[in-house]
Amino acid sequence: MTATTTDGQLSFRRPSGIRTIKNAFATVYVTIATVLAVIPLIWVLYTVITKGLRLILSSTWWLQSQRGITPRREGGGAYHAIVGTVEMALICAAIAVPLGIMAAIFLIEYAKGTKVARGVSFMVDILSGVPSIVAALFIYALFITILGLGRSAVAVSLALVLLMLPVVLRSTEEMLKLVPQELREASYALGVPKWKTILRVVIPTAFGGIMTGVMLGLARVMGETAPLLILVSYAVGINFSPTSDTMGALPTMINAGRDQAPQLPGYERVWAAALTLIIIVMVLNLLARAIARASKLKER
Amino acid sequence: MAKRIDVKNLDIYYGGFHAVEDVSMTVEPRTVTAFIGPSGCGKSTLLRTLNRMHEVILGAHVKGSVQLDGTELYGQGVDPVAVRRVVGMVFQRPNPFPSMSIFDNVASGLRLNGVRNKQILADAVERSLLAANLWNEVKDRLGKAGVGLSGGQQQRLCIARAIAVEPQVLLMDEPCSALDPISTLAIEDLIGELKEQYTVVIVTHNMQQAARVSDQTAFFNLAAQGKPGRLIEMGSTEKIFSNPDQKATEDYITGRFG
Repeated sequence: MTATTTDGQLSFRRPSGIRTIKNAFATVYVTIATVLAVIPLIWVLYTVITKGLRLILSSTWWLQSQRGITPRREGGGAYHAIVGTVEMALICAAIAVPLGIMAAIFLIEYAKGTKVARGVSFMVDILSGVPSIVAALFIYALFITILGLGRSAVAVSLALVLLMLPVVLRSTEEMLKLVPQELREASYALGVPKWKTILRVVIPTAFGGIMTGVMLGLARVMGETAPLLILVSYAVGINFSPTSDTMGALPTMINAGRDQAPQLPGYERVWAAALTLIIIVMVLNLLARAIARASKLKER
Repeated sequence: MAKRIDVKNLDIYYGGFHAVEDVSMTVEPRTVTAFIGPSGCGKSTLLRTLNRMHEVILGAHVKGSVQLDGTELYGQGVDPVAVRRVVGMVFQRPNPFPSMSIFDNVASGLRLNGVRNKQILADAVERSLLAANLWNEVKDRLGKAGVGLSGGQQQRLCIARAIAVEPQVLLMDEPCSALDPISTLAIEDLIGELKEQYTVVIVTHNMQQAARVSDQTAFFNLAAQGKPGRLIEMGSTEKIFSNPDQKATEDYITGRFG
């Protein structure tokens, strides 16, 4: 397309006729698509907030468990479930984060372009597509059937590691790829060994992105329900021990109360638990952004 | 301080590709040597073999010898990391570390090699920034990010970073190609001052720059695309630019090639 007509004369007129119609159609289409994509998100948030907000505003919600509370009784809180969710997620992160970051460093900085790297990357792709129930059953088979250990929160954490690892590994890989080769060479040119270059130049440069990946992984893992159902019993009381076979968690708290009649107080607690889970994930996200921003230098 | 470089019968390969063929040359200490020649003739590749930086690329290897004051760089048991501590490098595009402040960028070479003493670091940073003619522009904002500087300032920051570790030789790979004429002039003045202390080798596409800053000039060319690059002629800059021995050199310098 040039701005000239057939006789070589310059023309700056707007396109007319069918072009204008096509343009209008595309504009309407992308606008509608955006609105349609956002509607369910807002709808879910609105429903959860309106139904769950009243309970989470009281301090009992954050400080008490559901021990001795029946669906017909008011009161109690989600403390036991928050403890369980956070604890299992932290144990999972403590295993998956170093493992994922180290593996990504190996794949990008040391084994790039080799058969090993391609093979491992392929496995990671498959692993990231594994449904959570398969991960849970794998750990059940390994932990309980083969090793003869009991159900426990640790077993849940291990199943969650299988789900979090590919997220952390893949996002760290992408971030390390984005670090320009020139920075590595600049460091080598100063007589800095490779391992120190990775530790002090490459990782700090990619830090913000790696943190984002870790938080995305945590967010995914916190909402998982299948490993909780299979590998630990839901407990209504407060329990800090990761090796005991019962532990509360927000997804299983929601699950345990989901068949309440809508007029009972227990029904409202299900919505409050859902809202609590959303808030925890959101706080983690904001925290990750704050850390990433704090680690970034002011330019001027 | 400054060291002499002897290259003997050097062949450079990238995997199966023969990039540079049979180069022999001597670079005297406390001089500026310019590498000139068309793109793809191997001058940057040769420069990168002088501190074993080309090995960063998978499959790159050399045959022949490079000696620094008589010590072989490609001998058995030579640690490339140790070589690079003595032979520093400045790159085509300014590449300050984005995660570090101006101060930390200049101090990085020393710090990453284990220097902890704050006074030594502060002295080294001031000395290097002064030597790179950047001190007056940044002394009040040493804690701010290095990537917030202008392109020319960033390149001088990178030069300060390279000389902070007190190398014996400084390699510069087209250090002005991304800079405006004023910043280029600042870097060229700086190169003139640096040769009092260092042996400087600079790759440049800018004929006038080679003529302005260098004492010796080496002209590289390649017979055809896909053929290895060769050293055509090397001599004093004055001679190469006024009365070269080879016709190819004269054609290239005067712009009559092909």
